[in-house]
Amino acid sequence: MATTDTAPTGGEKRRHGRFSLSNGAYRVVLIVGAGIFAALVAWFLYSIVNQARPVFSALGVSWIFQPTWNPNLHEFGLLPFILGTIETTAIAMVLAVPIGLGTALSLAYLVPARVKVVLGSAVELLAAVPSVVYGLWGVVALAPLWREYVEPFLTSVLGWTGLFNGPNEGVGLLLAGTILFIMVLPTMVAISRDVLAVVPREQVEGAMALGATRWQVLRKVVLPDARTGLLGAFTLATGRALGETVAVALVIGNSNYIAHSLKSPAATLPSLIINNFGEASGTELAALFGAGLVLLVIGLGVNSIARVLVRGKTGAAGGATSVAVA
Amino acid sequence: MSVLTFDPSGDPILERRRQIQSIAQASLGRRKAYSAVALGICWVFLVLAIIPLVAVIVYTFAKGIVAWNATFFTQVTKPEGIPDGGVANALVGTVIIGAVATAVTIPLGLLGGLFLAESDGRVASGIRFTADLMTGVPSILMGIFGYIALVKAFGYSGLIGAFAIGMIMLPIIMRACETAIRGVPGHLNEAGLALGARRFMIARRVILPAALPGIITGVLLAIARGVGETAPLLFTIFGNQYMQWNPTKPMDALPLVIYNNSSQPYPDLLQIAWGAALLLMAMVLVLSIGSRIVAARLQRERR
Repeated sequence: MATTDTAPTGGEKRRHGRFSLSNGAYRVVLIVGAGIFAALVAWFLYSIVNQARPVFSALGVSWIFQPTWNPNLHEFGLLPFILGTIETTAIAMVLAVPIGLGTALSLAYLVPARVKVVLGSAVELLAAVPSVVYGLWGVVALAPLWREYVEPFLTSVLGWTGLFNGPNEGVGLLLAGTILFIMVLPTMVAISRDVLAVVPREQVEGAMALGATRWQVLRKVVLPDARTGLLGAFTLATGRALGETVAVALVIGNSNYIAHSLKSPAATLPSLIINNFGEASGTELAALFGAGLVLLVIGLGVNSIARVLVRGKTGAAGGATSVAVA
Repeated sequence: MSVLTFDPSGDPILERRRQIQSIAQASLGRRKAYSAVALGICWVFLVLAIIPLVAVIVYTFAKGIVAWNATFFTQVTKPEGIPDGGVANALVGTVIIGAVATAVTIPLGLLGGLFLAESDGRVASGIRFTADLMTGVPSILMGIFGYIALVKAFGYSGLIGAFAIGMIMLPIIMRACETAIRGVPGHLNEAGLALGARRFMIARRVILPAALPGIITGVLLAIARGVGETAPLLFTIFGNQYMQWNPTKPMDALPLVIYNNSSQPYPDLLQIAWGAALLLMAMVLVLSIGSRIVAARLQRERR
């Protein structure tokens, strides 16, 4: 402590620019390291944009929102896949937001300390389970369950909404959304828990001293304080769900038509790319790269929002977890 | 009239207090009931979250352990109908691709992390934000990138797979290194400067050793993330049903075997997929748990 205080230079700035780059060679090496990363990112962006260009110059921009994908007739509309991406992500988030939030609140404030450590580590480990394993589990174990039980049940209870028309197929939007929900849950819980845990202790204790019940403390003090960070956690999870490829491709049924029911097979932008890439050539291949570009733009947009929201909300330790699991 | 004949029931202040108490009592009951219900819902959600996550692990273990036999680890993948297939080629591919990606990304990530930790300008925050964004880019795009940038010129190969996986790992390692290095107390750096050490020397002898637990944790987590990726490999390594040790040639990998076999109707291929899924999950969990143990042990030794 004393040693740091006696240092005459730096002052407030020392928190960040602690080791100022004065030694020339050292500086150059570090800049080269960071420069390689920046160059790789630039190369990445250039490659995708460059390869997607033919489809834009051939069909303009409006092709993106055309409703038909039929390479034989030279139709490359992405609307079914954009809708599929949005719908699966929406199903996942409708399930993940309340359940993830409830779980994070329980982990941060309700469970005993010992359970907290065990469950907390388990959640972080689960965030690392490869997505293809979830996909395999979904198509082998869940699809029959969905066909025989879940979809008939939802049809009988919620059939009047018109969202559950058509045959029970097992694979489709609903199962894809459910798998995405299960996949993003650990990420979301881990980050939300970090955000909730850094709510100032004095505020929590102050509310308790005023006679607030435990729920009132959570509802009136903890949640409002953590709001921005939680929103960031949800947005990060959304970004992850949007870009998931193999797990969705395995359970969504892969249909190139706009789905008219939650039980219908559909496709997302990533599943379109992965299913058609092998045989595509010419304009179709460029259209697939174009789909990649659309996905990139959506992904970068969602993630920029998330990062701005999460930044500075979890502190250094939380930041590390967020980067690792996200 | 007299102090001695004090009658508490008539005192307006005490009367007011009793009123407030009874209102508070009624409100407390309501608030407590409300709290119990709301917290109960939180507990239910906790259980709802645990069930599928436990189910996927238990299911994979039960299905995968059946597939684990001698030939599973020693034989290469075989087409449907030919007995005694294994995943040896895919295991070799996953290990080699993971090793190459790790070997290349560690020095780059370390330099990038040092740069981010030691500089504070607009360039640094721009790169930091870029790194954060890159951790969220859908992994399939890294596969497309590898295909466009390298496969078109050099053909499918394990090295390009390692490149795509490395692109996913690099920003994670950079940010983890930055966080770890920022956690090193400033006086260690200043002590080095006071001794007249050069910055290279300080970085190598003081900062990096002190930040090592965080760096190792970050690297292991990045590897865990990288080896489990499927989409980038589908565009870059092509798959190979023969044993291939040479990473400049098309290779196979565990995620690829799982993905390709899981859409097959044949039970024997599906069983190989489950065995591979368990193997991959075990590798990833060992890396994640290992990262914690390493970090905790190094932390303890330092104290």
